[in-house]
Amino acid sequence: MATATYTGTEKPNYLNWKTTVASWLLTYDHKRIAILYLVSISIFFLLGGLAAAFIRLDLATPKGDLLTSDIYNKMFTTHGVIMIFLFLIPSIPAVFGNFLLPLMIGARDVAFPRLNLLSWYFFMAGALLVLIALFRGGIDTGWTFYTPYSSSFAKGEVSLAIVGVFLAGFASIFTGINFLVTIHKMRAPGMTWFRLPLFVWAMYATSLIQVLGTPVVAITLLLVAVERTFRIGIFDPNLGGDPILYQHLFWFYSHPAVYIMILPAMGVISEVLSAFSKRRVFGYHFVAFSSLAIAIIGFLVWGHHMFSTGQSMYAGIVFSFLTWIVAIPSAIKIFNWMATIWKGRVHWDTPMLYALGFMGLFVIGGLTGLHLAAMATNVHLTDTYFIVAHFHYVMVGGAIMGYLAALHFWWPKMTGRMYPEGWGKLAAMLVFVGFNLTFFPQFILGYMGMPRRYHSYPEEWAVLNVLSTAGSSVLGFGYLLPVIYLTWSLKYGKVVTERNPWGARGLEWELVDPVPDPHNFERIPIVTRPAYDYAHPEEPTGFVPKPRPVVVGGKDG
Amino acid sequence: MWNFPLVPPTASEEGVGISILYWVITGLAVIFGSIVLFGVIYLAVRYRADNNAVDRSNAVDSDLRVELAWTLVPLVLALIMFGWAAKLYADIYAPREGYYEVFVIGKQWMWHCQHPNGVRENNVLTLPAGRLVKATIISQDVLHAFSIPAFRVKRDAVPGRYNAMYFTPTKPGEYHLFCTEYCGTKHSEMIGKVIVLPEKEFQAWLEKGGQGLATATTSMGGGAAAGGGTLTLAQQGEQTFKALGCNACHMNPNSAVKVPDITKTWGSDIMLEDGRVVKGDEAYIRESILNPGAKIHKGYQNLMPPYQGQVSEEQLVQLIAYIQSLADSSTGGN
Repeated sequence: MATATYTGTEKPNYLNWKTTVASWLLTYDHKRIAILYLVSISIFFLLGGLAAAFIRLDLATPKGDLLTSDIYNKMFTTHGVIMIFLFLIPSIPAVFGNFLLPLMIGARDVAFPRLNLLSWYFFMAGALLVLIALFRGGIDTGWTFYTPYSSSFAKGEVSLAIVGVFLAGFASIFTGINFLVTIHKMRAPGMTWFRLPLFVWAMYATSLIQVLGTPVVAITLLLVAVERTFRIGIFDPNLGGDPILYQHLFWFYSHPAVYIMILPAMGVISEVLSAFSKRRVFGYHFVAFSSLAIAIIGFLVWGHHMFSTGQSMYAGIVFSFLTWIVAIPSAIKIFNWMATIWKGRVHWDTPMLYALGFMGLFVIGGLTGLHLAAMATNVHLTDTYFIVAHFHYVMVGGAIMGYLAALHFWWPKMTGRMYPEGWGKLAAMLVFVGFNLTFFPQFILGYMGMPRRYHSYPEEWAVLNVLSTAGSSVLGFGYLLPVIYLTWSLKYGKVVTERNPWGARGLEWELVDPVPDPHNFERIPIVTRPAYDYAHPEEPTGFVPKPRPVVVGGKDG
Repeated sequence: MWNFPLVPPTASEEGVGISILYWVITGLAVIFGSIVLFGVIYLAVRYRADNNAVDRSNAVDSDLRVELAWTLVPLVLALIMFGWAAKLYADIYAPREGYYEVFVIGKQWMWHCQHPNGVRENNVLTLPAGRLVKATIISQDVLHAFSIPAFRVKRDAVPGRYNAMYFTPTKPGEYHLFCTEYCGTKHSEMIGKVIVLPEKEFQAWLEKGGQGLATATTSMGGGAAAGGGTLTLAQQGEQTFKALGCNACHMNPNSAVKVPDITKTWGSDIMLEDGRVVKGDEAYIRESILNPGAKIHKGYQNLMPPYQGQVSEEQLVQLIAYIQSLADSSTGGN
């Protein structure tokens, strides 16, 4: 186990048992790989946020006085590509999935630790190519890379960015495969499927999408690069291709990808609501299966992005029908979460504030999805700011609130330090208020018809746009605060000496050291209770069996 | 600055139904949203940890009846709303009869509109109030989308494919016209206006060849036609037909080559060599000009040279109007 480098007197943990740079960059430890991901995606989040700030500042005036239209187009492309491919998709799976999955199911690591490290290298290589493309003049295709603009018209290093996204996609596939195998094969004794924490169910559903969907978008984007480079006609009608085919292939992945972003957040919310209400998640089976239902039905709704393209009306009707159906599992989750709080003992700590904020914002995001599932209103609203507002409510209001809830909840376990509670609450409030100020006006703008990706707009929409820009400054400040105080807490935060500062249930809290041991558990634990067994606080979820006594001369078996 | 609308004008028949649907869905969203938002706040405050005055007995953690209730109620509502919205969509976007047709060509970064009588407009589309309009939309380069928020309708302009959109303007006035599909650098400048005129004023405007309004971009097509008259779109098509030499074989009784009778193409069912039957519509005519080998008329040989890259989208629209007029005159018009 722990060797040479650790010289302290306490029991070594995963952070301090080796401290060389090589021990981090060549680590197979799922917890360290999670930290590698955390540091990288935090940097990308700040870059993507910076691009968003430029967008909102430019839109503070109807003529868009800050940027030229060319720079503006590159800004929203930068924002979209970075936030989707380099932040949201890896965010909760690659950071918290990696860190928590083995701890939660009682395993020493994921099934394929080397593949896990390779995933981070693929991700970083992809990110590097994307950043090179951005710094060599940028690209202006939008994150959707719609053809034939991307393949035959756009200037800049589009192919380089596409290869970058391709590599990052494989990082995502590796993570998905790893989690699927880990959940199937490495659950501790007694950890049955229906004793799994709901976060694990959410990660399972997410991994299915990553493994089944990502290859499609990876190949599709590569085909764009092929058409662009070798002028082989695939999507450009001038070369005999079909631009609508691209949209089918792209959304076949990219709609399920929305669920890659939101399902893990839903898993986090189940954990946090339960821990801070001190109650078992209501309707465990329904919440678990709704994740799978979302993942499966989510593969069959991609055509709702294409109602206005002229796709067959009957295809459109089927896609619309399935889109209405996919809303139901999300509704089931929301109602079950409400029932979880009911008759609980609710603690208003920062992670809980983010979880409650998630419920508020996700509900607005989900319900405005109904306007878009409805064919007749979809066509009016598609490609307007209504869409922009809707998906930000889901993917920022939902996914990032979930991410921040997770970050605060598991911060003591990951770092051994507590974040400052007062600052945490203030930031949660600022994010919630700033978010609504930024994006709610965009629903109104969208219904009035303001197109998305516009660098200038008619005068009469100035007031709402100024409001949105003002809100974004509050939101930006709200996001900067955690960056500052969490970094601060690494050195000055209160040291956490107990295993379970929140009094939560779950192996990662009850059986793992305050800061986990490099190998998680001395021996594989045995699970004896269902998840969230708050009704029986005296009996822990499981136990770590004592080592068998060594019998001299006897046979070990 | 204080011109500060919160809803768009509603200026088409279709827009009325779509607006009603929008507000009904919004109403449902407000009801469900309020239940969740206020419910969460109420529960989280009432059951806060330090409040020991509340009853926490019988705190069950699952109940099939409530699960079914909050699954089935939203499901039934969802199915009703799905049906309503799909029916409304089908009524608006399925092919309709008795329309005034305009052709719209999108290109980086302008909208080019052609009226049947030959009037052309750029970034402006003038229409009569109270009449069903069919806009046939295509792009000559990248994707665009033709969006008129006041009418609540939108259709993508796709290169190589005609998309149709139907609407009935009701209120005279000027409305925003946007490109809503990102199309490159000047995407946000690919805007214009739709001008709706009362029927009589519109007819007068048409007869004056699109003059008389303060739309400097409006112009007459056809150039200086013989006799000083103006040419309709179909007549422009006939000129193009001759200029491209199509009449060497088609519409030529003395042609040495056996060609299909294009006066019977429009609107008919065409039997192909491989046994398929296709409709003689815009898409078929367009393809048969650009790439004649793609669909060979049964009983004929693939002799015509492809015109891909030699005919502009404007000329294609003229040729389609011309072939359409041939069928209309041979069957007594519509």
